[in-house]
Amino acid sequence: MAEVSGAGLKVSVVSADQEVWSGAASMVVARTTEGEIGILAGHEPLLAILASGEVRLSIEGGATVKANADDGFLSVSNDVVTIVARNAELVRG
Amino acid sequence: MGAQLRVYTQKIKSAQTTKKITRAMELISASRIQKAQQRVAASGPYSRAVTQAVSAVATYSNVDHILTTEPEKIERAAVVIFASDRGLAGAFSSAAIKAAEELTTLLHSQGKEVVYYLVGRKSVAYFSFRRREAEQTWTGGTDQPVFDTAKEIGDALVEKFIQPAAEGGVDEIHIVYNRFVSMVSQVPEVVRLLPLEVVEGVEEPGDDVVLPLYEFEPEVGDVLDALLPVYIESRIFNAMLQSAASEHAARQKAMKSASDNADTLIRDYTRLRNNARQSEITQQIAEIVGGADALSSAKK
Repeated sequence: MAEVSGAGLKVSVVSADQEVWSGAASMVVARTTEGEIGILAGHEPLLAILASGEVRLSIEGGATVKANADDGFLSVSNDVVTIVARNAELVRG
Repeated sequence: MGAQLRVYTQKIKSAQTTKKITRAMELISASRIQKAQQRVAASGPYSRAVTQAVSAVATYSNVDHILTTEPEKIERAAVVIFASDRGLAGAFSSAAIKAAEELTTLLHSQGKEVVYYLVGRKSVAYFSFRRREAEQTWTGGTDQPVFDTAKEIGDALVEKFIQPAAEGGVDEIHIVYNRFVSMVSQVPEVVRLLPLEVVEGVEEPGDDVVLPLYEFEPEVGDVLDALLPVYIESRIFNAMLQSAASEHAARQKAMKSASDNADTLIRDYTRLRNNARQSEITQQIAEIVGGADALSSAKK
């Protein structure tokens, strides 16, 4: 996992059999059972259940990484965001 | 004498054939260990993340949930045994079964009833041969486990765990599997999955550290409800992968020593055969010399 300096999030997307993506991001948008949630650096510790759907990660340079995460949850603590799902895969394009 | 020569030749042939088989199995296992090890490593982040989340909830929130609270009286415990489908892997399956039997004795001495969940044909065979009951069994694919099997096992266990003890539910879940330490060492390990007791991956917070207060979405109870099956599955999947890697390593070791033994047999029998052949030749020469002597002395 890459070290992030300053205000940034360390994000890893993990599925049952492998780590799908990991790296630095400035914002994470995910859909939980309660609704959409956006996470920026400095977010309070959070543990949420994901509704099946897309997770969007804004990485440095303005690019976006999208991932499909079914049946999972999201945890945030100390600017480390972990998205854990049984089946998770990156969406190309 | 000629008969003995033939017997040795036969024995050498049979040892050579066996060696070919054991050598092939050894090479197959050797090539599969790598893959199995990689799968164990690849599943690491997931189980780490899940365990960390569970530990975080358990440590940072004071919520009563069956995941974290120990029942007052434990009536029944579930034991999941991970063995292999095929034999010829040394003490692999029997090590797990032996550890499970020791655990059974311990649980019985604590006055608990034990129900078994068996994974792998060898453990099923062990139980059916002794006419012992098993709650549920899974066979096939122990050398290349898939996550769906882990999910099935997890679902069955969670269903039992949530059921009250009076209706046949269990209060404790133990798993017994061979942990992969290295190519030459696999250790049978007994782990209590539920209720949670060991907090892994999260250090005990010191006094001066302000505990981060976790926010939960939707509710603490709901999050724990959702985490419980995920946690069980990930632990079971990890155990299955470890067990598969151990199985390959154990089989490689067993087959290597079998091949070595075949080599020794072949060498010993070849020496004996050479000996037999030599003494046959010596005897034939002695007979010819003796016959010629007799003929020449008869002429005189």
